[in-house]
Amino acid sequence: MTDLVEPFFAATIRTAVPLALAALGELLVERAGLINIGLEGAILAGAFGALVGASEFGVALGFASAIAAGLIVALLFVAFVVWARADQIITGTALTLLSMGATGTLYRAIYGSSGAALSIPTSAALPIPGLAALPAIGTALFSQPPITYLVYVLAPALAWWLARTHAGLALRAIGDRPDAAEAAGIAVDRVRALAVLFGGALGGLAGGTLVLAQAGTFAEGMSAGRGFIAIAIVALGRWTPLGVIGGALLFGAASALQFAFQAMGWNAPYQVFLAVPYLLTLAALAGAVGRARAPASLGQTLEPRR
Amino acid sequence: MRHEKRPRAVWRDSIVRELAQAVIVLVAIVGTTALLLAVGGYAVDSGLAALWRGSLGSWYAFTSATLVRAIPLLFTGVAVAVAFRAGVLNIGAEGQLLAGAAAAAAVAISLNGFPAVIVVLLALAASAMGGLAWASIAAYLRSRFAVLEVISTIMLNFVALHGVSYLVRGPLQEPTHIYPQSSTINDAFHLPRVVGAGRLHSGLLLALGVSIVAGWVLRRTAAGFRLIAAGESPSAATSAGRIDVMATTTLTFLASGALAGLAGGVEVLGVTFALYENISPGYGYTAIAVALLARLDPWRVVATAVLFGGLEAGAGAMQRDAGVPSTLVTVIEAALILAVVAVGALRRRSSFPDAAATPIAA
Repeated sequence: MTDLVEPFFAATIRTAVPLALAALGELLVERAGLINIGLEGAILAGAFGALVGASEFGVALGFASAIAAGLIVALLFVAFVVWARADQIITGTALTLLSMGATGTLYRAIYGSSGAALSIPTSAALPIPGLAALPAIGTALFSQPPITYLVYVLAPALAWWLARTHAGLALRAIGDRPDAAEAAGIAVDRVRALAVLFGGALGGLAGGTLVLAQAGTFAEGMSAGRGFIAIAIVALGRWTPLGVIGGALLFGAASALQFAFQAMGWNAPYQVFLAVPYLLTLAALAGAVGRARAPASLGQTLEPRR
Repeated sequence: MRHEKRPRAVWRDSIVRELAQAVIVLVAIVGTTALLLAVGGYAVDSGLAALWRGSLGSWYAFTSATLVRAIPLLFTGVAVAVAFRAGVLNIGAEGQLLAGAAAAAAVAISLNGFPAVIVVLLALAASAMGGLAWASIAAYLRSRFAVLEVISTIMLNFVALHGVSYLVRGPLQEPTHIYPQSSTINDAFHLPRVVGAGRLHSGLLLALGVSIVAGWVLRRTAAGFRLIAAGESPSAATSAGRIDVMATTTLTFLASGALAGLAGGVEVLGVTFALYENISPGYGYTAIAVALLARLDPWRVVATAVLFGGLEAGAGAMQRDAGVPSTLVTVIEAALILAVVAVGALRRRSSFPDAAATPIAA
């Protein structure tokens, strides 16, 4: 049984890390009152950016260009939604579509339509002395690529920032009452723009993680719905950073279960487990699993600027 | 909203304007495609020629490729248009389509041996009910708990995807239990082909009927008036119009789900003849673009669904004949939506309802 537990935890963390990165970014976006469905596109752009950057300049610049690619998608969202007051859902849908088309086209144009497997440098695991030797969870939690440790630091940092800093309070105020925040002298548009850019950067980083710390290659559409899952995780995590980590772990565990089932040769319908986190999210939204309250202005289009 | 008869000159003006807009859209598409081809270093003339050949260049391409792809986009496009008009942001057409496809396949497979007409009608009814039932989950959460339908329908899309994946490996799997798909539906239950039009099936007529009726309901009936009023301003509809906004939007949501479900049923009975995992290449998502470009009008959806069906059909030909990545067309679709969004936002009078994303407290 132990030889099943360790791979299970490892697979859980592996799946959870890019989801958590993307969801932590989307969390700030949503706390500012916006829903960016273009997150899926940012992740995909990040994955492609990582491929281009890493195959030319190595892992570090791979991550940098992943972030840059995510930022490009986020910038478009800012231009349309924050600046021009266009509808968030439609803009986000279009940006995801744009990213799918653009990465697919560029990939086939640059690397050939056969999509030959590219071997690019990847981010090696960096074991933390002592902790990595813990039984069962040691390897899964503490012998990971550095990007994993970033998540460990980022979540509590964001929780503190949201709860304890002036800027965090301003962000939450915008999400709940943009008009009141504006009246109180908060630069609503600027804060929203920054939140979207932060979300895009983390989305890009999530895509970079898929390529540079996991798959070691790029495939068309490899974001595979993670952007949408991240949006679910934000809701499941009740719009708090630590809740988001819990949500990401739950989704990670659900997908790890299918590997465990396959490894054990159990003929159970693992699709049921894959669907469970989504059902839990719906239950959470309905208030069945504690009270999940969305930011009051979430998804609303603001009045045009006068 | 216009219930009075409009004078003939107004009709003529609006038709001229529609045609002008259609020409602008087509020119923009060809121009953008040419530009992208040139930037990508592909031969512009052979790329465009392949796009033409694959979509409109021959009767066969038009019927068997373009129109066959347009049918599910028509159903889902109308489904999305109607919902968005009522301020219901139904992103779940994909999941509702899958639920409809599964329901239709289940009925058609299990009723083997019954009279064909009855089975086909039952299967289509089942697909509409399947889509409706799938939408009802999000509609209930919206009305009872004020859960944003944007989030809940995305969740339900994934649940539907995993659900179909389970069905084709479990209860609905073909008898040999080798392939993850259902058994093939009896030939007698296939939707009849349109004579002389290749693979084109009679689901097109149903799709056209649906969009004509939906457009008529929105334009000419009290129910359509309530729907649009609820979408444009829920508070005004409640206070000035004595309209039960929640009942109106919930019913619209259910109807939208039923239409998207029909897309799945028609696809199963007319094209795939079996249920399998990748039965929809994202029709439910493309539908958002189709509906938006049609400015949320079911009649215009006929044109935009054919346009997108043609683009996707042409994309395949570009890839085959000119070596141009078919994903180029996705870029063009996205650019088209963004252009529409930008024009609407900059004019400050997008036809998109202001209250669209505002949940109404239970």
